[in-house]
Amino acid sequence: MTTIKEKALGFTIVDRRDGKLALANMYVAFIALFIGGLCGLLQVLVRSGKFTLPWGIGYYQVLTVHGVLLGLILTTYFILGFQIAAMSRTSGTFTDKQRLLGWIGFWVMTIGTVAAATMVLLNEASVLYTFYAPLQAHWIFYVGMALVVVGSWIVGIALFMKYIEWRKANPGQPSPLLSFMVVVNMAMWQICTLGVAVEVVFQLIPWSLGWVDKVDVLLSRTLFWYFGHPLVYFWLLPAYMVWYVVIPKIIGGKIFSDALARLSFMLFLLFSIPVGFHHQLTEPGIQSFWKFLQVVLTMMVVIPSLLTAFSMFASFELRGRQLGAKGLFGWFKKLPWNDARFTVPFIGMAAFVPAGAGGIINASHQMNQLIHNTIWVTGHFHLTVATTVVLTFFGASYWLLPHLTGRVLTKQMNKLAIIQGIVWAVGMTIMSAAMHIVGLMGAPRRSDFSTYGGAAQATDWIPYQIAQAVGGTILFVGIILILYIVVNLLFFAPKGETEFPIGEVSEHAEKSPMWLENWKIWLTICIALILFAYTVPVIEMIQNAPPGSKGYKFW
Amino acid sequence: MHIHKYEKWWLTFGISSLVLFLVIVGFSAFHYGSHPPTGKVYIDPERVDEIAPFNNPGVHKVEGKEWDYEVVLVASAFFYNPPEIEVPLGSTVKFISTTKDVVHGFQVAGTNINMILEPGYVSEYVTTVDKAGEFLILCNEYCGVGHSSMTSMLKVVE
Repeated sequence: MTTIKEKALGFTIVDRRDGKLALANMYVAFIALFIGGLCGLLQVLVRSGKFTLPWGIGYYQVLTVHGVLLGLILTTYFILGFQIAAMSRTSGTFTDKQRLLGWIGFWVMTIGTVAAATMVLLNEASVLYTFYAPLQAHWIFYVGMALVVVGSWIVGIALFMKYIEWRKANPGQPSPLLSFMVVVNMAMWQICTLGVAVEVVFQLIPWSLGWVDKVDVLLSRTLFWYFGHPLVYFWLLPAYMVWYVVIPKIIGGKIFSDALARLSFMLFLLFSIPVGFHHQLTEPGIQSFWKFLQVVLTMMVVIPSLLTAFSMFASFELRGRQLGAKGLFGWFKKLPWNDARFTVPFIGMAAFVPAGAGGIINASHQMNQLIHNTIWVTGHFHLTVATTVVLTFFGASYWLLPHLTGRVLTKQMNKLAIIQGIVWAVGMTIMSAAMHIVGLMGAPRRSDFSTYGGAAQATDWIPYQIAQAVGGTILFVGIILILYIVVNLLFFAPKGETEFPIGEVSEHAEKSPMWLENWKIWLTICIALILFAYTVPVIEMIQNAPPGSKGYKFW
Repeated sequence: MHIHKYEKWWLTFGISSLVLFLVIVGFSAFHYGSHPPTGKVYIDPERVDEIAPFNNPGVHKVEGKEWDYEVVLVASAFFYNPPEIEVPLGSTVKFISTTKDVVHGFQVAGTNINMILEPGYVSEYVTTVDKAGEFLILCNEYCGVGHSSMTSMLKVVE
């Protein structure tokens, strides 16, 4: 309920009890950022050839920590924390039962994280976050990862319950845009994590416990990538939520179109999942036809991406012209460049242009052969998730954290935040460009430093690997800066009220048609597409399965 | 649902480019047969050394096929057998490979010869070697602690 004080402030505040739950998730996310980022620094240093890890720590152990903490833990916790706050802000305070579910989910995830992390630190699970059966980790690692997924489902149920409650209380009304987006993202998450859950629970856990001797490797990889690509959209969609709903308010403008925003999210739901084969283009056992089909489905995400780009820049231009901008591009100068809440995510948006172009190359059937498993791919996803997504999350933290802690972002911190964004952009440009170039020359990803027996080609890669180390070191400075700001916002910033900005829809936009929120239609299409893309090839895989593989511990 | 005029132009242009792009990729795949490597042959990963052609790894000249040479290569932690391959420039070569243990990669650096080797499957790729020189063959799929020391060398000679 809105109190008189909040009405006077002109905005609604997330209930303190919901805020506590959101903050708990944020704590874990930023701890993961620190440890995972430190591992990233160690990796680029090792890969430069000028540094070796002390105390018998393995490169692949560090790589596993980096991948799991940043790819799974930082992202999932930040996203759930953000979505809990977003739901509470736009659909109302959680009931005690819903909030309890949120806490149960949080603790289940956290127990899982600690269990998995322990096994990685004991060097019992250097299998990287993509699992790589028949490399076999300790069963506790797999159980830990399963708990992370199950915990996220429990949080998801709490979010769904809130949404259903809102819809029941407001029949015939489109739900608040941000709540709708949260629900789309969680629906996608629930559907796609089924794949990895089946892999872990029915294949890897029984196999690592010795209940079964063998594992079907191709099936395990297919189940993983059924989850592995939607995972990247699960990271991206919360960034899109900030762009669509929050940024227009920050710049003082309006949401260009509510209906197109919803349509774009529904298209992501449809075209995020039946596409995993584009990670398996060079693998045996899958017919080329099915690979190509999933390539086509993958490329369909270009359409919602075009919609999003248009909406963003339409919002920017309309606002700039409202402020009296002249000429074709005069509005660009009118944007609030001294506001970190805008500028930092904007750097992320800019990074998405080369990131998206690289992604199209990666998923392009035969073109994939040139870059598959080269460090080009690492360069690619450090632009997508580690720049576009992460800078948007940082930009969101600058209002979300003080909103939740009842503090304010000071001018100094705002300035530091902009510097942080620039440091990140510089470091990432160097590191990612080096990775892209040397990847085209053939340097592999997920590999320790090696001279490859003195091969001439590998010698040519070394200057780029040093450039990666320079870029990576600058990025680590960026991590120190963001953590400094986060600690300030959590514990030291002056007390005060900070807005959770929610944009309003432009008065020119029409009311959104209700079919956009008809879940029966969208979920039916979603499941039909998945069955279409996967049924035949998976049946072929199972019918023609070779003898399975026993487990190996090669690290 | 109302869509702004400029947005219609933007989407029309974007989607048309996408369709054109996919038609080109598809035409190249299905008309010219330029598909990424695949393999439909199955093998018992624990008996690789006994099963032809993997009981005799190396370069074999063949007659009456669409390719001139078959390169048979066996991967295991952390070796390729053979450690060196030599083929004449301009010849058409079929690379045939599998793994005896975990998943390995088979990448010829600086070329588009790039396949995943999975236990139980035979990966194949046919290509014409049209660049002379020494090309590093390396493992690009994480396989354990010796992953980055796993190499072979493809020599394309005139």
